[in-house]
Amino acid sequence: MLATTSRRGRRTIAALAGSAVLALLSTACTGSNDTGGNDDSAAGKDVTITFWHGWSQDNEVKAINDSVAAFEKTHPNIHVKAVSNVADDKVNQALRAGGDDAPDVVSSFSTNNVGMFCSTKAFIDLKPQLQKSGIDPAKTFPAAMLNYTQFKGNQCSLPLLGDAYGLYYNKKAFAAAGIANPPKTFSEFAADAKLLTVADGDGYKQLGFMPLYHGYESTTEHFLGQYGATYFGEDGKSNLASDPTVAAMLNWQKGLVDQLGGYAKLEKFRSTFGEEFSAKNPFHTGQVAMAIDGEWRTAALAENKPDFDWATAPFPVPDDQADTWGRGYQTGTIVGIASTSKKQAASWEFVKYLTTDTDAVVNFANAIHNVPSTVDALNSPKLAADPNFKTFIDIAKNAHSGTTPPAVNGSGYITTLQNLGYDYESGKQSDLAAGLAATAKQIDTDIAQAK
Amino acid sequence: MSLAFGTRKGSTRKGSAPEGSAGPTDPAAPGPQHLLRRKRRREAARTLAFLSPWLIGFGVFFVYPLVSTAYFSFTSYNGFGAPSFNGLKNWDYVFNQLPTFWQGLRNTLWLVVVMVSLRVAFGLGIGLLITKVKTGAGFFRTAFYLPYLAPPVAATVAFAFLLNPGTGPLNHLLGELGLPQPGWFSDPSWSKPALTLLAMWGVGDLMVIFMASLLDVPKEQYEAAELDGAGPFQRFRYVTLPNISPIIMFAVVTGVIQTMQYYTQAIVAGKVASGIAGNSGQSFEPGYPSGSTWTLPQMVYNLGFQRFNYGAACVVALVLFAISMAVTSLLLRRRSGFMASDD
Repeated sequence: MLATTSRRGRRTIAALAGSAVLALLSTACTGSNDTGGNDDSAAGKDVTITFWHGWSQDNEVKAINDSVAAFEKTHPNIHVKAVSNVADDKVNQALRAGGDDAPDVVSSFSTNNVGMFCSTKAFIDLKPQLQKSGIDPAKTFPAAMLNYTQFKGNQCSLPLLGDAYGLYYNKKAFAAAGIANPPKTFSEFAADAKLLTVADGDGYKQLGFMPLYHGYESTTEHFLGQYGATYFGEDGKSNLASDPTVAAMLNWQKGLVDQLGGYAKLEKFRSTFGEEFSAKNPFHTGQVAMAIDGEWRTAALAENKPDFDWATAPFPVPDDQADTWGRGYQTGTIVGIASTSKKQAASWEFVKYLTTDTDAVVNFANAIHNVPSTVDALNSPKLAADPNFKTFIDIAKNAHSGTTPPAVNGSGYITTLQNLGYDYESGKQSDLAAGLAATAKQIDTDIAQAK
Repeated sequence: MSLAFGTRKGSTRKGSAPEGSAGPTDPAAPGPQHLLRRKRRREAARTLAFLSPWLIGFGVFFVYPLVSTAYFSFTSYNGFGAPSFNGLKNWDYVFNQLPTFWQGLRNTLWLVVVMVSLRVAFGLGIGLLITKVKTGAGFFRTAFYLPYLAPPVAATVAFAFLLNPGTGPLNHLLGELGLPQPGWFSDPSWSKPALTLLAMWGVGDLMVIFMASLLDVPKEQYEAAELDGAGPFQRFRYVTLPNISPIIMFAVVTGVIQTMQYYTQAIVAGKVASGIAGNSGQSFEPGYPSGSTWTLPQMVYNLGFQRFNYGAACVVALVLFAISMAVTSLLLRRRSGFMASDD
């Protein structure tokens, strides 16, 4: 009996073993094809295009639907079927598969996939369309935004609103600490952070600034935006080890960590923070007196109404680059046209409207409190910009503002650098030069492998 | 027709040939050997017909993905366009140029060894206790089983809050008692033990299986052992364990396979504890803190869907497959010495 059970058991377990690993092995794929996609929309024929986007909040969906409605009013023969709340994974699958249900126009909150979208030709290169429409990208879009929407000369996407990062500070805490103005350089910033820190036993009653890389927006790429790091050299290889600004940033952050109490103490305090996108955000609760954050925080603070006055300013810059104060890190939403689309002419009309029509861009930016993504929209008098929001408009206009360039393997190089940051701030990696050399080598290996 | 569906083995005798078949005196008639072969072919075809739904499913959902995965592991492929053959480049990359592979392998094996062992031991222990309880067994059975029904994401988020080193009630309690307060999901030394605690909390599935097997052990064997002077430990060792050893083996094998696929709890715990949960657009690589919760299934996802390197992802998937099969085969081979004999 047991012998029979044993044989059956073996078969059952063997089947289970096979089935269990099945999920790990299923990587379906199909190729993409460039269909050209000339439709007759220019001749006035009715065309319906499908537009996938990630916005999901009621006000956001209403805002994008208003933009769609305004477009349809000016282009009566082009109809747009907007699909909301679509994540990047689904976008990638649909772009691979193509077919009637696949989107014609796609937007993504992340700029990480632009390198892949361009290099694989999942999105069409928009340069011919821009040229035909008489649009000069360099004069139309801010430089940083243009940078993160193209890859090696292929302008396969365009910016559709952006995000800029700056300093938020608690005016009540500043007054209590006797600080009159927000800091402009890192040495001023370090001094202010120390003054604003109030101890509470082994912890903090108030922390001047949370420098740890897991401290929400305190990331390596956001800090490096203040240094103007370039990430890659002319040859396409990582220059993290040779660019002195990278080591300078990592050392500056590590110095701040040590000055404010050390990694372990800060990490324990960080674990008491509430959800970033809620009223429990540590800046809202007064746990931290200064924070680096995007322009969207202005709307959240206006809605949550914390019991202190707050203000914004450009994030400080290194002392030896004091003349670049006003710069900041930039990223944003991108939009492109699927190469599988058979309605590329109508799709281009829609993309052109969303990304270059000044009123459309301004109205959308006003509705969802993002930074406009064209030079004209940034200067538009219709832009609703109170002094706190205007800080971010100015950062977006600043010629020194920067971004993280697209790569063929997405955000792989950013996370590899971030991992070094984690190790360095915690003391796990003490030899920074060796760490940077290994990180640069790993980035080059990963990119070569992904090509 | 009758041969195919109405005739049993050995029933075709001389002089009683079924309708439509040739008689024994017909020189052109097939001989008994031929008839036997034809019958066997038909039986094989019938068996195949009955098995075909499973075979089709097995082929489409197992063999095809497995062969595809093996093929893609030798190609450069980013999900778009056509894959191009690149020999052993992906294998070399994963084994020799990707240090995180070895970190993921170590973490995965740690979880397989520690988590599976403790889950099986804990499930068996709880099962033993509840079968001995005279009153309130139903309550305890329900109380220990219910956590298993909690969705993994919800359970992990709840644990991350309970074990939060700064605000969690557990550390508050430990502090009140003057005991050390670990960093749990925020401390590389404690993150895997914290995940193990979470797994043990949801041990209801094993508890139920062990309870059923424990209640199935013949009482006469315990009585005989008692008469021979066996104490509680000896009764457990020489009566209980041999009887339930097939169930223990089942729990271990399925536990190993499940743990080799460990993904959800590790990535959710890392995201919540790192503060990156729900932050769309921000880069997050699983493994927080310091890569201590980085497992190979997460690596498959990361390489394939975040870094668009399907070839390397397929290599890791094949490694997982090979380890799963090897461990399962080893356990099944060792099982003969672990089982009660048939005599």
